[in-house]
Amino acid sequence: MMPGVTETKALRPWSGDRAPADWGLGDGQAVPWEYAPAPESKDVVSIKPRYGLFIDGREVNASDGGWFKSVNPATEEVIAEVARATPADVDRAIRAARRAQKTRWGNLPGRERAKYLFRIARILQERSREFAVLESMDSGKPIKESRDVDVPLVANHFWYYAGWADKLEYAFPGRVAKPLGVAAQVIPWNFPLLMLAWKIAPALAAGNTVVLKPASTTPLSALLFAEVCQQADLPAGVVNIVPGPSDIGMHLVSSPNVDKVAFTGSTGVGKLIQKATAGTNKALTLELGGKAANIVFEDAALDQAVEGIVNGIYFNQGEVCCAGSRLLVQESVQDALIEKLKDRLSTIRVGDPLDKNTDVGAINSKAQLEKITELVQAGVDEGADMYQPACDLPERGYFFRPTLFTNVAQSHRIAKEEIFGPVLSVLTFRTPDEAVEKANNTPYGLSAGVWTEKGSRILWMVRKLQAGVVWANTFNRFDPTSPFGGYKESGFGREGGMHGLHAYVKLEDR
Amino acid sequence: MAAPRRSRSVTRASSNGRTPATAGGRVEVRKTYKLYIGGQFPRSESGRSYVVGAADGTPLANAVRASRKDVRDAVRAARNAFPGWAERTAMNRGQVLYRVAELMEGRRDQFVAEVAQAEGLRDDRAREVVNRAIDRWVWYAGWADKIAQVLGSSNPVASDFFNFTIPEPTGVVGVVAPEPSSLLGLVSRLAPPLVAGNAVVVLASETRPLPAITLTEVLATSDVPAGVVNVLTGRKRELVPVLAAHVDVDALDVWGVPDDLRKDVELVAADSVMRIARRPAGVTDARFDWLDDRASERPEWIAAYLEMKTVWHPIGV
Repeated sequence: MMPGVTETKALRPWSGDRAPADWGLGDGQAVPWEYAPAPESKDVVSIKPRYGLFIDGREVNASDGGWFKSVNPATEEVIAEVARATPADVDRAIRAARRAQKTRWGNLPGRERAKYLFRIARILQERSREFAVLESMDSGKPIKESRDVDVPLVANHFWYYAGWADKLEYAFPGRVAKPLGVAAQVIPWNFPLLMLAWKIAPALAAGNTVVLKPASTTPLSALLFAEVCQQADLPAGVVNIVPGPSDIGMHLVSSPNVDKVAFTGSTGVGKLIQKATAGTNKALTLELGGKAANIVFEDAALDQAVEGIVNGIYFNQGEVCCAGSRLLVQESVQDALIEKLKDRLSTIRVGDPLDKNTDVGAINSKAQLEKITELVQAGVDEGADMYQPACDLPERGYFFRPTLFTNVAQSHRIAKEEIFGPVLSVLTFRTPDEAVEKANNTPYGLSAGVWTEKGSRILWMVRKLQAGVVWANTFNRFDPTSPFGGYKESGFGREGGMHGLHAYVKLEDR
Repeated sequence: MAAPRRSRSVTRASSNGRTPATAGGRVEVRKTYKLYIGGQFPRSESGRSYVVGAADGTPLANAVRASRKDVRDAVRAARNAFPGWAERTAMNRGQVLYRVAELMEGRRDQFVAEVAQAEGLRDDRAREVVNRAIDRWVWYAGWADKIAQVLGSSNPVASDFFNFTIPEPTGVVGVVAPEPSSLLGLVSRLAPPLVAGNAVVVLASETRPLPAITLTEVLATSDVPAGVVNVLTGRKRELVPVLAAHVDVDALDVWGVPDDLRKDVELVAADSVMRIARRPAGVTDARFDWLDDRASERPEWIAAYLEMKTVWHPIGV
């Protein structure tokens, strides 16, 4: 037991305005006040009972007439039924994409492609509230995040790449950038619409057409996006969306008729997808898992660091590939930091994703909740000390309390495996070298955080950390102009910025 | 020139390929071709060798037939050498690689003779190939302190942060060298990962390995730190799968992998999310024209072994 680290608390509901002394919140500290419900209205979005596939510009049923249900993870209620694509449907979508690429989109001057993308960006801005509400309902993420982070970034992403469509010659000096052809894209459930934007915007800007498979638990925002494509009068077949289970994704990326494969998801599935492209000439980019270290030095501004740590691991319920799931804190400030962190955790509001006050929403699915529960149990079993703030969880839906583990060893599963949940593992270090060694001691290499007031140390850490994104004195920031992607087993290729274009072009001599 | 022989025994090996073994009554000192691992010239721990012939079939030498253990030793040497090489200043890396060109220039006749023999080229043609290999080092060496400016970026994010992207070397790179082009092809595929700051394990052309070994003698005396380049000779079918399965290899150039082997190799490599550098679609190893500067001098080939690192920092007082 490290000094100053309190034991795991038994969880019990509370009432009144003072925290019980045994919560470790400090003597007489005020506990968070009650919030009146502030629900976002569902009426802003009209949800159809059924959504078809989006192939060749039209909404169609699956060839075998199959449907699956998309469930609201916060209520366990069915939101809508979605057509379940078959391999034949995927093949049809690929043919439509090929036709569109050859006959229309690939020949369209860049400046005309740009205008379609600008249209899409504008429509997304106009309909942002619909998208935010639907996204929160389908994925479980707080409306605060879908409204203020996901959807604005989505519109901005299309806006950014729209402007590249007619300027490719300036992105690749000395070369002519040609589209690859048809892109097969498979995206995850944690940022359903944002990952769609990261995939589709650069692909279209460069003159490719796409067949995209959204995750089976979060297909709805992609199908609402299909409406945006129609509203923008995007030529038929340029964007095709085929929801379905994972084997549909494998069928899509394995097709000999696609030229490019882009995947965001787990490292395990990423390896399977890389295998599916083995021996072919398909271009491939993979954005896979992570186990990021968030490193706090003793000279850091601790209050700001606490905010960054909380944002790093509890943003989107921790269901973030670049989440700062390992806190590496310098021993000399460990006690102070943990105390502040626990204070801060007690103010986190877990609950209805559609409530505008909610900080942590619902876990995306029952399966994911079970995985988080299993790994947290493993943390307890392996001897780490668990802390969870007392907070009431809704009776229905898939929820998990923000969780903090101290006394964590590098060998613990919670320090090695990607949990993809609101679970932070705290480890300590004494010297910068030790911090680097521990931070890099993982097959992953997606992101890292550094907190220190010393500029030269930041840049030294930046050089040493094996991670595609390093946030210094901040965490979990995203921008369309900023390349994102991993080192090592977190994948290869970049999304965002000029580098994101590279994944969707072949370079020829002038 | 002696008539081509098909015997499995080595009857003629010559350092410049043109001098008769007993010219002027003096018995020539023949060269032993060895591996190059961690700055040393070991034989294979396996004690195996194979006969290397000239393009006309004349046996030239017994080359080392490296083993899977040699592959592992080479990867370990590369991993140990990588951090030091990566942290050299870009200008220093450029100067070190330029020095390779300087030393090759001084041994040009030896390379010309070996390439002529290995590839069955007339001397004037072989001379052109060697000249171009030297010039290719110069071309790539110059990129060392420029590639970050071309591929890096400052990113105008829509918030109060300073944001920039810089390239960094991937790590340990396996290079399966082109099969027909024993020297120029090798240099064209070796220089890009090297100038980026990676450490490299080369599997030399299986049928024409001798110029690659002579190149290691240049590397060993040209300020390239020990272990930054390691060269193995032997059977590709035996060694490539071992290299591809090694989890400490971060990227693999499959240019010289036999076509029927490539899929299996890439399947194994996927287990560690290894970066794969392929020939452009439609390009064959047999037909590629390495004398075409435009085709072989490509910043994209350097970029294949770079990782982009993006850094954010808030702006404030």
